[in-house]
Amino acid sequence: MIEAHELTKTFSDKKRGVITAVDRVSFTCRPGQIYGLLGANGAGKTTTLRLVATLLQPTSGRATVAGFDVVRDAQSVRANVGFLAASTALYGRLTAREMITYFGRLNGMTDAAIKARIKQLSAELDMDEFLDRRCDKFSTGMKQKTSIARTLIHDPAVMVFDEPTLGLDVMTARAIVKFVRDCRDRGKTVIYSTHIMSEVEKLCDTVGIIHGGRLVAEGTLPELRARFGEQDMEEVFVKAVGGEAAVLAALKN
Amino acid sequence: MNFSNVVTVYLKELKDTLRDRRALMSMVIIPTIVMPALTFGVGKIAAGVVSKARQEIPAVMVLSGEDSPGVVAGLRQDKKLRLVATAADWKDQISDKKLRAAVRIPAGFEAGLKAGAAEPVIIYNYDGELKSGFSVNELERYFRALRDQTVTARLTERGLPATLVRPFETKRENVAAPEKVGGNLLGGIVPYIIIILCFTGAMYPAMDLTAGEKERGTMETLLCSPVARVDLVLGKFLMVLTGSLSAMILSLTSMTLSAAVAGMVFAAKTGPAQMAAMASQAQGAGGTMPMIDPLGLVGVVAMVLPVAVLFSALIFTVALFAKSYKEAQSYVAPMIFIVILPAVLGMLPGIDLNARLALVPILNLSLVCKEMLSGVWHWNYIVIIFGSSCVYAGIALALAVRMFNREDVIFRA
Repeated sequence: MIEAHELTKTFSDKKRGVITAVDRVSFTCRPGQIYGLLGANGAGKTTTLRLVATLLQPTSGRATVAGFDVVRDAQSVRANVGFLAASTALYGRLTAREMITYFGRLNGMTDAAIKARIKQLSAELDMDEFLDRRCDKFSTGMKQKTSIARTLIHDPAVMVFDEPTLGLDVMTARAIVKFVRDCRDRGKTVIYSTHIMSEVEKLCDTVGIIHGGRLVAEGTLPELRARFGEQDMEEVFVKAVGGEAAVLAALKN
Repeated sequence: MNFSNVVTVYLKELKDTLRDRRALMSMVIIPTIVMPALTFGVGKIAAGVVSKARQEIPAVMVLSGEDSPGVVAGLRQDKKLRLVATAADWKDQISDKKLRAAVRIPAGFEAGLKAGAAEPVIIYNYDGELKSGFSVNELERYFRALRDQTVTARLTERGLPATLVRPFETKRENVAAPEKVGGNLLGGIVPYIIIILCFTGAMYPAMDLTAGEKERGTMETLLCSPVARVDLVLGKFLMVLTGSLSAMILSLTSMTLSAAVAGMVFAAKTGPAQMAAMASQAQGAGGTMPMIDPLGLVGVVAMVLPVAVLFSALIFTVALFAKSYKEAQSYVAPMIFIVILPAVLGMLPGIDLNARLALVPILNLSLVCKEMLSGVWHWNYIVIIFGSSCVYAGIALALAVRMFNREDVIFRA
């Protein structure tokens, strides 16, 4: 369960002054559901998810993840979150097994529990063949599998995905989408950010459209289609953010 | 702070770093092989060049002096001088280093000596040029002897004893133990090398574990773990400290070992008494390796510890600001000058430890090491220096933890 209430994050930038990256965003993600955060580049998706994963602290507003407050109990939040982003890389000089073991230990697991968990994950993700090879020689698919195993080692209740398919080939991206769906089917709370409309249509139970740091529309796919009178998700998105001009202006920033 | 988390992070960073060839280069190979080789090699070459210059018989030209054949013949017969034919371009020859020096014997020099006094002899040389300097020494030696002979002859003529103008002599003898001579000679250079190595040993891991991780995207992965950030900083910091200390200890060990080997070879050839004499000769050349008080070396290592912490924490903090390894290098590389300056100041012979200098970081270390290596233990200064270094190190470490907690530093883009 993720509950965000009026989450706000501002940064001060030398050239542009104070920037409000996330502006009073409120939403709720329930277990067994995928909440999709849809937005253009720079809309505030990554910042929102980093606030949820406690990598950043909110300027104002509050949020609880798995029942823990993101400010007061950040460590407990992280212990219950699996965070996977295009930007979360692997240690190239460690093997996949060492990488996953390291994160198991950081999560306070015993070596026996880590060993058993790796065996299970490796079988599920079909990783046996490259488990003891160094990550810097991996293909993107192998890297992605290792990253997934890393996020799942402590079996978190909440999964946070920040554009996980960015820059991946079709087959790897499909595997990721399937994996996200598996997480939901196992009853995990999933939040998923993307700018790819087809992924939203395939995956998300609830969609929040974020633009300029603000959540401009929220609802299930049928609700959004009905509200904006469009069948195509892309058209829904453009209408929700205030037309093509608004999209272009946001991208220029 | 959770100690087992710190250890987990440290062990992972250690494993990661040991698999990194570049890190091994800066932490192990350079301090073990390159630094001693450099120190000994440069010393040996310098000593070789100097003794070769000493052995050379300098070419000297006599200008005029036709009416003083005795003096010219004396110069010609001198085994340590080689007279060359007089030429008009003698000034150019000296500048071109074909000629080491020229000497002008004034007209009527010998006649003047017989009568009482003569005009001065002028020696032309190339100021600051080593070999020219040696030839001047030889010329002066010759004329000094000539003067002494003249004085002695005049005294004998008048039936007076030589002690009339030379009532006593002075002699000098070394009473300092060989390790004290060594401490004074090497006391300056050893702390300098240790300080530099401490810094360079910390540089690579500090940059790789901060800016390098940001660049490769592993920092964000690491921050997702439920470990407190202070544990991450301390684990990483310990790795940086390991780099710093391993560079220092490895180089000290390899230098001590090679000094021992060189000493054994040397002692087999000559006696121990000659060794001390050679050591003082080596002052300018830095050639042979005099002995160092081993207890002083232990003291040096102990004093360097807080400074290694200071360096590790400072480089860590600075490198943390950078977005990439390259950017970190451009911040950290200039820092080495800030370190070298006080270290070099400490090498200078005139500067001695006092209460105020004992509080200047790095310089105080350099000075106290010089003393400890020559067997002098000023405990009050040692306490002040160790204490102040610990305070500085603590501040730097606190700063590193603070910076790591700042999201605008960690997520700087």
